[in-house]
Amino acid sequence: MGKVVVITSGKGGVGKTTTSAALGAALAQGGEKVVVVDFDVGLRNLDLVMGAERRVVYDLVNVIQGEAKLAQALIRDKRVETLYLLAASQTRDKDNLTPEGVEKVISALAGAFDWVICDSPAGIERGATLAMRHADIAIVVTNPEVSSVRDSDRIIGLLDSKTMKAENGERMEKHLLLTRYDPSRAERGDMLKVDDVLEILSIPLLGIIPESMDVLKASNVGAPVTLADDASAPARAYFDAARRLKGEPIPVTIPGEKRGFFGKIFGRKAA
Amino acid sequence: MSDAVAEAAVVYLLLTIFSVHRSNGKFTKVTNVLTQPRPIRLKGRSFLALALSPELPFEDWLARLDDLAARSAGFFLRRPVVLDIDGLDIDRNELRELLSQLGQRNVRIMGIEGARPSLLGSDLPPAMTDGRPASDFEPPSASTEQTVEQHAEEEAVEETAIQTVQARAIPSMIVTEPVRSGQSLFFPEGDVTVIGSVASGAEVVAGGSIHIYGTLRGRALAGTTGNASARIFCRKLEAELIAIDGFYKTAEDMEPDLRGQAVHIWLEGETVKTGTLG
Ligand SMILES: Nc1ncnc2c1ncn2[C@@H]1O[C@H](COP(=O)(O)OP(=O)(O)OP(=O)(O)O)[C@@H](O)[C@H]1O
Ligand SMILES: [Mg+2]
Repeated sequence: MGKVVVITSGKGGVGKTTTSAALGAALAQGGEKVVVVDFDVGLRNLDLVMGAERRVVYDLVNVIQGEAKLAQALIRDKRVETLYLLAASQTRDKDNLTPEGVEKVISALAGAFDWVICDSPAGIERGATLAMRHADIAIVVTNPEVSSVRDSDRIIGLLDSKTMKAENGERMEKHLLLTRYDPSRAERGDMLKVDDVLEILSIPLLGIIPESMDVLKASNVGAPVTLADDASAPARAYFDAARRLKGEPIPVTIPGEKRGFFGKIFGRKAA
Repeated sequence: MSDAVAEAAVVYLLLTIFSVHRSNGKFTKVTNVLTQPRPIRLKGRSFLALALSPELPFEDWLARLDDLAARSAGFFLRRPVVLDIDGLDIDRNELRELLSQLGQRNVRIMGIEGARPSLLGSDLPPAMTDGRPASDFEPPSASTEQTVEQHAEEEAVEETAIQTVQARAIPSMIVTEPVRSGQSLFFPEGDVTVIGSVASGAEVVAGGSIHIYGTLRGRALAGTTGNASARIFCRKLEAELIAIDGFYKTAEDMEPDLRGQAVHIWLEGETVKTGTLG
């Protein structure tokens, strides 16, 4: 059985979809069989970020409603052959996602793939709780700011109470992914410190993704950042996160604190 | 200025929490209908309700209520609230007006206590009689000692030994996980110990004392069943609201020096006192 991973956050716009695509592509490039599933019915995005928007015929709702077979709805990536997408419906109502339907689809996918990555919608409503319901692992995407951290905390509470794992008395494996981390704003003290976020949320850190124009560039060309430019800073951070997810012990570095050439010449500014 | 002990006067809204006990047991009632042999199970449920005791003139009281609501948004949300109008000389229209005023503030009244039967009607919340107040309703001229005695008297109804209150084991709950934003931990039976932090937007409500070994960022309400001698302890104070026996302080009322400190919070008369630990 493959691992079911939910990418969740509570707060909107923090980087869940970017992360689903980037981690999915990173794992798939390592030879793992990966499917990314868009749960954001009505506001689908993942197809755009993956550059597959013109190839969507059937979607998750069609499969759940029995209008299409799962195999018909899976879209294979043109660049990485072990990477697949199951799109969300843009036109249907999210009430079409039934708990039983979701369970069937997810367990079928887990039987066929090494990783099933569920891109959750924002919020704490039905779409978000269904996306997390059958997960084995949760990646909580958080920006280093107060409202995002508080929403993540709320989501962690739901992960520990509203999921199948929780209801069966098991522990959900949870990881924190800090995204849109801006070293210059961190320097100025405009953002929460990594240590503070970790202290508040008290779950292990999977990685820190820097704020970068490369993310926008990648989504403009319809490619996960780990495919568009695998040497860029966010791509490298996502590759490291993917390896940690597989259990490799790679230390996390805080962007901006690993000093570059100029940093070494000038050293640290006196406090 | 003494930074170890800080005090501030606190608004006492006669906001008391008591538990509405129905029955803790489970009953079965066997019906006579042979075609339906399955008995109906009547389950007991006990809720902790907030009791609001309005005072005349209502405009003034409502203004103070608004003040409380403004300072701690969502305080009444999703909570059962009982209106105690014992001793108030009002007629049905005035009661109706008060209920509508409360309704506009999103305070939904589940029942009314202390009302003359003539005052209530089928369009008004039902009379509540089985509430078991656990605290002294008089404005607190009562000292801490008296409250303990009062407590003892109540306990004596169930337990014959009056003098054993101090020695009696208080039920306690130990929470080994952090209390997350949006979570509400209710333990009217006794003390709560949290080995971890209480997040912003989370709350711990205890009948007894509250011990938090992490950071208190949300709310802690101790002694909510009328126990003025309950206390709050936390390793790091960043709280949004603290309360003991209905007397509360919001973050704004707290001594800035205490932020981030290990503190100890108790009640002296009507005053919430705070001091650093260690
Ligand atoms: N590391 C990053 N650097 C710069 N921009 C980023 C980064 N991560 C995400 N973004 C941008 O932030 C925006 C929101 O990202 P994304 O759509 O992944 O968030 P989301 O959490 O899925 O949002 P929603 O809650 O609406 O589904 C996008 O414009 C994306 O390009
Ligand atoms: Mg998204």
